Amino acid sequence: MQAIDRKLFRDFQRLWLQAIAIAVVLSCGVAILLTSVGMFVALSETRTAYYERNRFADVFAHTVRAPLSLVSEIAQIDGVAGVEARISGTAILDIPGRTRTAVGRILSYPEKTNPVLNLPLLIQGRFPDPAVTSEIVVNAPFAEANNFRPGDSFSANLRGQKRSFTIVGAVQSPEFVYTIGPGAMMPDNEAFGIIWMSERAAAAAFDMTGAFNEVALSFATGTNTASVIDALDDLLEPFGGLGAYDRTDHQSDAFLEAELSQLKGMAAILPPVFFAIAGFLVSMVMSRIIALERSEIGLMKAIGYSNTEVCLHYLMLAGLIALVGVLIGWVAGTILARSLAVQYATFFNFPYVIFHVSYWVYAAAGLAGLATTSLGALQAALKAARLAPAIAMQPPAPPRFKRSLIDEAMTKARLAQSTIMILRSLLRWPVRSLLTSLGLALAVASVIASIFINDALDEIVDLTFYQTNRQDAMLLFAEDIPETVLEEVRNLPGVLQAESQQFHAAILRKGHLSKRVAIDSRRPGADLSRVLDIEGRPLDVPPGGILLSRRLAGQLGVHAGDTLQAEFLTGRRETYSLTVTGLVDQLLGLGAYMDLEYLNALFRQAPRLSTVNVTLDENQIDDLHRAIKDIPRLTGIIEMNVNRRAFQDTIEQNIVVMNSIYISIAIMITVGVSYNAARIQLSERARELASLRILGFGRGEVSYILIGEMMLIALIAQPIGWLIGAWIASAMTNAFTSDLYAIPLVLKPHIFAIGSLVVLSATLGSVLIVRRRLDRLDLVSVMKTRE
Amino acid sequence: MPEIIFRTENITKVYDTGEVKVYALAGVDLELFKGELTVLLGPSGSGKSTLLNILGGLDHATEGRVWFDNTELTKMTDRGLTKYRRDHVGFVFQFYNLVPSLTARENVQLVTDVAADPMPADEALGLVGLGDRMDHFPSEMSGGEQQRVAIARAIAKRPQILLCDEPTGALDSTTGVQVLEVLRDINERFGTTTVVITHNAEIQRMAHRVIFFQDGKISETRINSERLAPSEIVW
Ligand SMILES: Nc1ncnc2c1ncn2[C@@H]1O[C@H](COP(=O)(O)OP(=O)(O)OP(=O)(O)O)[C@@H](O)[C@H]1O
Ligand SMILES: [Mg+2]
Repeated sequence: MQAIDRKLFRDFQRLWLQAIAIAVVLSCGVAILLTSVGMFVALSETRTAYYERNRFADVFAHTVRAPLSLVSEIAQIDGVAGVEARISGTAILDIPGRTRTAVGRILSYPEKTNPVLNLPLLIQGRFPDPAVTSEIVVNAPFAEANNFRPGDSFSANLRGQKRSFTIVGAVQSPEFVYTIGPGAMMPDNEAFGIIWMSERAAAAAFDMTGAFNEVALSFATGTNTASVIDALDDLLEPFGGLGAYDRTDHQSDAFLEAELSQLKGMAAILPPVFFAIAGFLVSMVMSRIIALERSEIGLMKAIGYSNTEVCLHYLMLAGLIALVGVLIGWVAGTILARSLAVQYATFFNFPYVIFHVSYWVYAAAGLAGLATTSLGALQAALKAARLAPAIAMQPPAPPRFKRSLIDEAMTKARLAQSTIMILRSLLRWPVRSLLTSLGLALAVASVIASIFINDALDEIVDLTFYQTNRQDAMLLFAEDIPETVLEEVRNLPGVLQAESQQFHAAILRKGHLSKRVAIDSRRPGADLSRVLDIEGRPLDVPPGGILLSRRLAGQLGVHAGDTLQAEFLTGRRETYSLTVTGLVDQLLGLGAYMDLEYLNALFRQAPRLSTVNVTLDENQIDDLHRAIKDIPRLTGIIEMNVNRRAFQDTIEQNIVVMNSIYISIAIMITVGVSYNAARIQLSERARELASLRILGFGRGEVSYILIGEMMLIALIAQPIGWLIGAWIASAMTNAFTSDLYAIPLVLKPHIFAIGSLVVLSATLGSVLIVRRRLDRLDLVSVMKTRE
Repeated sequence: MPEIIFRTENITKVYDTGEVKVYALAGVDLELFKGELTVLLGPSGSGKSTLLNILGGLDHATEGRVWFDNTELTKMTDRGLTKYRRDHVGFVFQFYNLVPSLTARENVQLVTDVAADPMPADEALGLVGLGDRMDHFPSEMSGGEQQRVAIARAIAKRPQILLCDEPTGALDSTTGVQVLEVLRDINERFGTTTVVITHNAEIQRMAHRVIFFQDGKISETRINSERLAPSEIVW
């Protein structure tokens, strides 16, 4: 090994704590980049491959009942390559050994041919024998959650008829990568399953012989989606078409897409921040090293090392730091990616796992880390290269201190000499002090911007789960039924309170704008499911019109008092002009509300309902479940308690994980910044501080200067950090606000306090570590060294 | 008459500090001869180091020309000067300038790694009498020992010229003498042209040639007919 390389390693050894502190910050960037890009690529490639191989459809539509003869007409639509029509329905399942009801989504499976689109992939067993109508296959997660094996059976309540089915296989389908039951907030594979049965059995069960109610299309390449959707809507219109939609509105794909865009956002926002901080730290440390090694640089040049060699020597020192950071980042990123893959495996159902991160992603993340570090070191290294050899041999000119107004002020304020030293040093390096402060401010901001989400979610959960929806459960019916059923429900075991509610699919139009919504209607004074404004105040929907959430009104461009067209896709499929009676601010959804009595009058019908909200006596829940398995036309039960608990559990789990990640990140940034800053201060001040010690200052007084300066910088960082944190939080709430929900910007004082506490204590910890060096300062040798 | 190795023609060095122009060198014409040991004497600020740095290719003259053998240094690019230093010049500085993170041997290797025809580092250290201290770090050595390492480093490449800027400035007389012995020994043994800057007028007595500096100019050149051994020098 060459002597100059040996110097490199020894210097690195001497700096290793500082190097590690920087490397860890850098590794965060590398790890997150690796994970987000790696998982993005893996997930999207897996999705593409799966969709292609199993021919995931491009457009989907539901109708009430369309004749099979329509299929050939649909196939004629310009640009359509494949058509798959089928029968679908929902049923309550009675699974042996399970008291609680499960809900099944039933799909027909063609008898003579294989499906053209959305091919289920057999995981276990076999497909049903077309001749045996009781044979079914179920989706694999449902089978797994319930421990089904081929040969097991359960019964289903098919429009009042109880029928027994035998499971012959388990499948996966590109349509159900992510499965979530109707009305549920989280997947529950035990309580919700997809069931494929022969066409004949499905037709008999849902009265669909010679008909279909679901159709999927695939395109030839280069087809205009919108025109196909329009054509399909026109064809289905006479048969109760509920509006065709493309993949973006397909539930399973939308969830995948959301995950992908989250990964994209993660890759775009976080790594640059870490890289920037690491780059800054490297540049700070390298500048200091080069200032310290002036004479060594001069010497290297005097004995014949070229400028390039000197420059490379220092770049390589930064390169070593980068190397450590990249290695840690690779390891951490691999672990992180793996744990994310495990999470995906539980949430998403892919038949094959290609969740490995490609080598080029490792290379790219590594290069990015190396590049930022080199960039950070470049300025200092170039300075070393440019240093004229003769000048490098002379001691640096003492820094020029000029008396300024601030100095006058400090003198007037009769500050202690040590305090003046602190302030003067801050002012001597204003850019560095500011950047150090900014680094710490980013750490504060990262705490604030992450933990404010807890409070925001708390507010959402409270408003939607505990105040808007106060029912213990919702009973769902296949279609609207006379409200007299309410009496029956009240007589079920365990039911304490029951209230009716209706949902109607409708398209609201105003001018050229339109939006497909579910109009929600209930009786005035309803107590279990309520309409609340953003402050949590309950509202009664005024009769004689429609009440819209402000978000929906914005999308339609309407104001209170305007009239809009409501094209109902249910019942008689009539269109009405409705007055917008008011707007309400809401966090979740595109709410559209009508008074139930007004709606019944409009429809010229006796009171009907589609959902019953109930409160329950916990002790009789099992009896209730037994009883509802036999109620005809009941297609599902949403247990809000279970939902709330599952949702909160998941959120809490995630929050604990996320909070610890973000707080660790903040600590790593803080330590990286403050440890390095303090070390540099110590190195610049060593002579000064040693002289003070020699003059008789105590250790405490001398460390006050070191600790005081760093803590002052940290204090200055706090308000900046609060501002940046609040700004990021509000940017995040804006970014997360979608068609579906808004995250409220809840900034409670305690999160600012937590952010500051974390950063201030991490700073203090780092400075105290450096202070130990001060205690060990060898007064003689410090004074002897030339600087 | 020995061969000329350095020749300068009216070199000046001006530092423009904004308010005033400092003439560190105000027209120096000089000839140095192969194999000679030359001592530069003069008051502080008279331009000795400046001249040495220009001869060693560490610095550029503002005006004038400098020849080394038959090549003109003042026409060289930075790259050319680097090569010149690497191949021909050995430096010894007042403050030793050892790399603290390298041992004595490694400090010498710093040079032998890049030189064209170096002697082994161990041999160079042997020549300065440090054969037994090779694995010590600078912080573990006395000033005189450190300066001898610096000399070993300078001679290890078998330079044609050895430029020493106050090599004994930081040393007591006994250690100083040891260092001077080494310099004379090298000069005699290898015929290395040696230039030594010093504030100690006594040291001139070991030189072939003594050059006096005053206000950026040569005020006098003297040739010693009789030279003393360093051990005979007292100060
Ligand atoms: N970088 C510089 N900027 C301005 N003036 C300089 C610079 N370097 C040297 N000088 C000036 O040039 C003159 C000559 O300096 P030089 O270092 O050559 O003197 P010297 O004879 O070696 O002195 P000493 O014996 O004290 O080392 C001095 O007046 C010095 O102040
Ligand atoms: Mg000098």
